[in-house]
Amino acid sequence: MAFVQDAPKDSFRLSMLIYDTRYRSLTIQVVVLILFMLFLSWLLNNTIQNLAAKDRTFDFGFLLSRAGYDINQRLVEYTNDSTHARAAFIGLLNTLLSAVVGCILATIIGVVVGVLRLSNNWLVSRLMTVYVEMFRNVPVLLWILLAATILSETTPNPRDFRVTPEMQAAGEAPKATMLFGIIAVTNRGTDIPEPKFCVGKPREECDADPNEGGLGIIDLGIFKVSLNLLALLVVFGGSIFATRRLKRQADATQDATGVRPVTWWKNLLILVLPSAALLWALGLHFVVPELKGFNFAGGITVLHSFTALTLALALYTAAFIAEIVRAGIMAISRGQSEAAAALGLRPARTMRLVILPQALRVIIPPLISQYLNLTKNTSLAIAVSYMDLRGTLGGITLNQTGKELECMLLMMGIYLTISLIISSCMNIFNRAVRLKER
Amino acid sequence: MQEQLVFVRNQMLPPEAPPPGQKGIARWMRENLFSGPMNSALTLLGLLAVVWLALHVLPWLMHSVWNANSLNECRQIIQDRWGEGATGACWAMVRERWHQYLYGFYPQDMYWRPNLALLLLFAALAPVLFSSLPRKMLWITALYPATGFWLLWGGTIWAPVVAMMGFVVLWLVFTVLQPRLGVPVSAGIGVVAAAVWWMVLQAPMTDALQSLAPLRIRAVDSRDFGGFLLSFVIGVTAISASLPMGILLALGRKSDMLLVRTLSVGFIEFIRGVPLITLLFTASLLLQYFLPPETNFDIILRVIILVTFFAAAYIAEVIRGGLAALPRGQYEAADALGLDYWQAQRLIIMPQALKISIPGIVSSFIGLFKDTTLVAFVGLNDPLKGITQIVRADINWKGIYWEPYIFAGALFFLICFGMSRYSMWLERKLKTDHR
Amino acid sequence: MKKSVFLGTLSAAALIAGIAGAATLDDVKGRGELICGVNTGLTGFGAPDANGNYQGFDVAMCKALAAAVLGDASKVKYIPTTGETRFTALASGEVDVLVRNSTWTFMRDVDLKFDFVAVNYYDGQGFMVKKDLGVSSAKELDGATVCIQTGTTTELNLADFFKANNMSYTPVTVADDSEGQRQYLAGACDAYTTDASGLAASRASMPDAENHIILPEIISKEPLGPLVRHGDNQWGDVVRWTYYALVAAEEYGVNKANIEEVASTTQNPEVKRLLGVEGELGEKLGLDKEWAKRAIAAVGNYGEIFEANIGSGTPIGLARGLNALWTQGGLQYAPPFR
Repeated sequence: MAFVQDAPKDSFRLSMLIYDTRYRSLTIQVVVLILFMLFLSWLLNNTIQNLAAKDRTFDFGFLLSRAGYDINQRLVEYTNDSTHARAAFIGLLNTLLSAVVGCILATIIGVVVGVLRLSNNWLVSRLMTVYVEMFRNVPVLLWILLAATILSETTPNPRDFRVTPEMQAAGEAPKATMLFGIIAVTNRGTDIPEPKFCVGKPREECDADPNEGGLGIIDLGIFKVSLNLLALLVVFGGSIFATRRLKRQADATQDATGVRPVTWWKNLLILVLPSAALLWALGLHFVVPELKGFNFAGGITVLHSFTALTLALALYTAAFIAEIVRAGIMAISRGQSEAAAALGLRPARTMRLVILPQALRVIIPPLISQYLNLTKNTSLAIAVSYMDLRGTLGGITLNQTGKELECMLLMMGIYLTISLIISSCMNIFNRAVRLKER
Repeated sequence: MQEQLVFVRNQMLPPEAPPPGQKGIARWMRENLFSGPMNSALTLLGLLAVVWLALHVLPWLMHSVWNANSLNECRQIIQDRWGEGATGACWAMVRERWHQYLYGFYPQDMYWRPNLALLLLFAALAPVLFSSLPRKMLWITALYPATGFWLLWGGTIWAPVVAMMGFVVLWLVFTVLQPRLGVPVSAGIGVVAAAVWWMVLQAPMTDALQSLAPLRIRAVDSRDFGGFLLSFVIGVTAISASLPMGILLALGRKSDMLLVRTLSVGFIEFIRGVPLITLLFTASLLLQYFLPPETNFDIILRVIILVTFFAAAYIAEVIRGGLAALPRGQYEAADALGLDYWQAQRLIIMPQALKISIPGIVSSFIGLFKDTTLVAFVGLNDPLKGITQIVRADINWKGIYWEPYIFAGALFFLICFGMSRYSMWLERKLKTDHR
Repeated sequence: MKKSVFLGTLSAAALIAGIAGAATLDDVKGRGELICGVNTGLTGFGAPDANGNYQGFDVAMCKALAAAVLGDASKVKYIPTTGETRFTALASGEVDVLVRNSTWTFMRDVDLKFDFVAVNYYDGQGFMVKKDLGVSSAKELDGATVCIQTGTTTELNLADFFKANNMSYTPVTVADDSEGQRQYLAGACDAYTTDASGLAASRASMPDAENHIILPEIISKEPLGPLVRHGDNQWGDVVRWTYYALVAAEEYGVNKANIEEVASTTQNPEVKRLLGVEGELGEKLGLDKEWAKRAIAAVGNYGEIFEANIGSGTPIGLARGLNALWTQGGLQYAPPFR
């Protein structure tokens, strides 16, 4: 230890800041810090000067003024009297909805396609190759437009569902009918039945009420929480907890006796019965959409703009995920599948129990970037009239208020936050599946 | 007597034909298409999808019109030829406007310039991508930025020459100072010297040289760039300009210095965390706030700068992957040889890491090339939306929808597919080198 | 390493090049080129043709301005702008004047600090529906799905209209006209709303134009006009009076063909002042005597521009309507040249 003593302090010279490796990194860091600070203050100074020169202010007050425009897909309440901030929030929710559904879909399709590409079915593996190459090598914007067009061109107009008295008299059927009598696919969107609750009132009265009925809702200011949903979540959570207990008991029995008790029907009962009983008590029923005027009313409308965007993004990203999955599977050595075969596992179980868990480690890091890409690509939504964050805050609001600096910075901040949340969540998951090395 | 006992066959029987299900197409089909109920179902589904697609698209494609002056004329021709209510593709638009999809508004008599620039680009890339070519060719690569710039934008030849001389200045300052001051400091001084060269001497020297030896071709405004030319210019410039930046960022991210690492990670994560479209809007809307008052430069240049930042963050991650793939022994061997950090990077680490990263860089380029279509959102003429919007604004072609998209999409497919095949080939080649 | 050359040269060259000052007129003269912000592509109003030359109603205004200021109608650099980027381009000095069918509103004039110098086209928001929908008035559109083009004042007008009439609707906000037209034709929306001029252009290009009707209601006022930056009044005057010169020329029967003849023979003192035969209006603007004459000679008078680009002779076939001269029952009215 005596040999690596620091050089005597009294011989310090200024040039040591550069030549002496002990100080050099500190010097570089200080210089970098100063340069960075200078750069930041330069930017800030420019911005202040420019704002002054243009006689503009930098404030987010406009967010609290009336937005004045309408949005067609609203996950929470919104009218054109709401504020710009509210409109941005609606946009954010739409972005998130599309991103989350898109990521789930993309993962499912990607894994299926990735596995099918390795299938020994000639036609299927060729088709999957064509699919992957087609989607990977053409800009995603084109796929979004294509999906929107196919959805709106191949589906019937709401008018085609109409049965006029003359048609009834003539015994003619309308040009289009609802799927199973409850789902209407029109060229604007898919109308599905809406769940409604009803407690202690005649059903007609509940249906006339625009709220969902049942236990009602609590208004939290920014959004409203359905008590029905809350109750359902609590009960279902309790059921899941109970099944966990059951599993633990079964494990204990198995450890003690070597025989695992049959639990699947108990699990099923615990999961289904309480929730079903609660729903029955709340008077759950479905309101089937009906044609009223120009459009269907009474159900929930899933707009084609949402479907098209999400589907196209999912298909596009799935092409990349398929390649990642394929590479991940191929990275697992042959010995693993041979060993699994030697144990008597069937191919499907080999895939599920042996190959995929190992491949997951190779797959997850690039998968994170694909999720991020999908989320960022939702900003192309305006191409198919889907009102996401970029369509509201970065589109109409920016246009109406002319506050480009504020709108853009806010929008970048929000996207950045979403991305960071996704990547940190996925990193936690990645850590969980990583090979535990000791 | 022996002759009568004919119970031993002394002639081979001709081989029996396999049973009908075991040969030819039937066998191939059974093995490859119908090997089980699951596979059969998949095959049938696949067949259905193919047939459905063909039934819906083929008639439209069959009814193609190549000679017409407007969409209405196209529709008329289709009606006359294939009967009332028939629909068909109107490729006459492509015939009339293809050059705008490729070159934008680049002056038509000078198309040879971008063509030549593209050819030279391949010549410049060849020594980088194919290691079997003579190393002398790297000079073409080094000079390409100046020649490419001059060919595309035109103007006096002295502007790019003087700009290149700025790099010579950088290099000179660097080599003179480097033994005394070390790499980072001398590089910093070199950059400052080059910046001074460009800021102070660039304009007067260009003018002086131009008046001495007037060598110029017609200048083309960058506003006239459009279509695939614009995509290539943005994509190639951004990727190549982002390489040095990406290398620095990747090294910064692996650095021991906390501050340098934090800044690099911050930059990379910020850029990767926001959509490209917001960066493009920054280029067109926000830069006017961040730059000193009264500065105002070309939107294409602003877009290129922001796209370069975007590409640099991705390239940095690719190179980081390359660095991580290098065995630890390489670093230790460099240390054992007594090389300092920069020597080790330059002589041992980077050559290997960059080589491993080439496929990743190529796929980054493919991604970026496709993303250049987003510049339409800031009013530039990208091949997919920008040019198409212009075509549709012509009353003759207003209302045309699929043809431009299919045309641009097919070109994108050809280019990107070619590049991705190349990158896969490269990946295979590199793999054998390393395993 | 090698590659940054591009940026180096470009930035060095570009930093020196475009610097916007307060005196736009001097900048334009010094540069020898007018930079005009136009639409990325709007049928009849501004779009490049197959050879890349910009044509259209708004573009003619740019050409007239270049002819007046620089003496050459071709010395214009057109900068296509989108709904989001247009005002920033003007505010940052990237363009000298914005002639991009922008509606003159209080907020844009006062809050965004621009000057709308004149109204070159009086438009209004209308609705187009398919004939077989059986609708003859916008008031019957309760519950309908309506396609709106975003990036304009249209969304707000639509919300206000439906609110005022106590009706509900589903908006489909489309990014551009071609997308709106596609969705409308596919039936994804019952009605398509945008400026009436745009509707007419869309209808003209449809394969079955006779099956589509434009409803009689015009639900908003959309005065479209050229705009310049606030505070540069001299440049604002140049743009304003160049435009009025075109209108006045129509009023006094001066057109592209007869301008030389009129200039030499006219006895009308106002026309003499307009064409620079008499007085020194041009000098007062900071231009020369014949500025207006050159503008008219380059693109024709207001009526000629209208007829050539969007008028009844073109496939778009817009009627003059509000844009007729005041003498013919319209709103186009030039203040006196004196």
